[in-house]
Amino acid sequence: MKRKIPLLITFTVGIILIISEFIPHKPFGQLSGELEIWFLIISGFAILLGQLSLFKVNILKIKYKQRDWQFYTITLISFIVMVTFGFLWGTGKSAGMLGHGEIISNTIGYKPFDYLFHNIYQHLQATMFSLLAFFIASAAYRAFIGRTVESNLLLVSAVLVMLGNTTFGSLLTGWLPESLNFLHLPKISEFIMTFPTTAGQRAIMIGAGLGIIGSSLRIILGIERSYLGGE
Amino acid sequence: MKKLLIFLFISYTCFLFSQEILLNIKDKPNNDGSALSISWDTSQIEASKIIIERETSDGEFIAITSSEESTGTFDDGSNIIPGIRYIYRLTAFDNNDNIMQIVMTTSESYAQWFNKDKISLLIFALLITISIVYYIFSARSGKDLYIRKISGLESMDESVGRATEMGRPILFIPGTLDLDDMQTIAGLTLLRRLAQKAAEYDAKLIVPVCRSMVLSTAKEIVKEAYMKAGRPDAYDPDSVFYLTDDQFGYVAGVDGIIVREKPAANFFLGAFYAESLILAETGFSSGAIQTAGTAMPSQLPFFVVACDYTLIGEELFAASAYLSKDPHQLGSLKGQDFGKAIFIVVLTIGIILEISGVHFLKDFLALH
Repeated sequence: MKRKIPLLITFTVGIILIISEFIPHKPFGQLSGELEIWFLIISGFAILLGQLSLFKVNILKIKYKQRDWQFYTITLISFIVMVTFGFLWGTGKSAGMLGHGEIISNTIGYKPFDYLFHNIYQHLQATMFSLLAFFIASAAYRAFIGRTVESNLLLVSAVLVMLGNTTFGSLLTGWLPESLNFLHLPKISEFIMTFPTTAGQRAIMIGAGLGIIGSSLRIILGIERSYLGGE
Repeated sequence: MKKLLIFLFISYTCFLFSQEILLNIKDKPNNDGSALSISWDTSQIEASKIIIERETSDGEFIAITSSEESTGTFDDGSNIIPGIRYIYRLTAFDNNDNIMQIVMTTSESYAQWFNKDKISLLIFALLITISIVYYIFSARSGKDLYIRKISGLESMDESVGRATEMGRPILFIPGTLDLDDMQTIAGLTLLRRLAQKAAEYDAKLIVPVCRSMVLSTAKEIVKEAYMKAGRPDAYDPDSVFYLTDDQFGYVAGVDGIIVREKPAANFFLGAFYAESLILAETGFSSGAIQTAGTAMPSQLPFFVVACDYTLIGEELFAASAYLSKDPHQLGSLKGQDFGKAIFIVVLTIGIILEISGVHFLKDFLALH
């Protein structure tokens, strides 16, 4: 029963949703949107589980004084502070339990929650994102080392695309006559991005689309049950 | 009676030709009846501007669109209820904003039972579904099916074994999207097999997630996997835990885990965005054996350069079936291959037809 009921629900909902893709008439047309709302409601409740998990894992690490346990206290304190500020004075245009906190807003320029969001959270987020530039450099270095024919091709096309997107690239081939315009670096770069790259990406997307159809059918027909914890 | 009909026909024809403005409103096809298609032609009176209004239930007219073009179309989808007749009014203005002419007409919308715009999608979906079901039954009857080797999946046992030997944990990341994404589900189906192997080898498994729904599902999957491996005592409920919903907050958390715990094997299986390379490069620097899989074409190059094995697109979805060795599941993979063959044939024919200047196949396949 523990397996059969979820399988039955999956089968019924899956078939109805497939049908609703082709039938715009009520009630089918609205089903997809309705189920998305259901999903949002369920995930709204599930957030509580996530917060509980976060608390439990961090408290246990602090309790047993695991290595670097001090960092976990920062997580918990940050969490409590943000939630408290949000509850008390609200965020954005929404009021909190103590209203909008005009006195604080006039002093620091923002509501306390928004102040921390703009001045700490966003900067931390930008810091993490900016790491990407360094990681791209190190990954590109490894990828561009010419060892095989494929990596050499990658190296050549990457250099062409990078140069084509810079003013230096335009300068290098800017002197070419009109009849050799197709050799102009920005043109080559555009060609590589428009044709070979797009073709490759679309091939992957077609394969992935077929994979999604196959996986969905396996799940709807109950052949694939791993997501339920079974075979 | 016949004379009356002829009289009505002539009167109607005269009425049509006497109009200088054409205002045509009809049901927008292939939808749930929530829109009406409006088209107008004021070229005969050379109006500089037109305003189209709709009568509300209070008898007032509210403007729904305006245009300076003499001809045009507009879809009115604001609070249209199927089966109710709506009155529309078109007012044409001259250069001095004086009213030149007003035309009124009525129309009603209908909900359709089949979206004809998606007929090509239906045909392809049916073809692929039938082929998948056919191969599943074919596999059930004992027919031997060849499935090509996927190195990323073959190496899973090796990764778990390595982690066990080194006494270091295995890190599993099921992507950064929620359970409504198929890539997340595909990642989670692999988690079950990985967790079972980890339980058998007695390796520590760490599964940080960034969605609460994924948390509860992943917990259940890992728990069941340990039970199936006969090691329910080894299951640690805190091995699957929630970090944050925020993309880069999650990345910071996972990177911290990689740096502190130094997992011997990392698995990144699911949907990823800009975080893919940050995670994979941190994992690479820690010396872990890394397996990644995603259907995000823009993230695949990052995984390819930073990971030891990468499951590209469809391979991620095929992984669970591939590892199960279950004929039913393998049959569905053959069905997918048949789908690919159909696409190759259609694409080739489409290219030839387009080069020849015949566009009917492109028009037929285009979803409107």
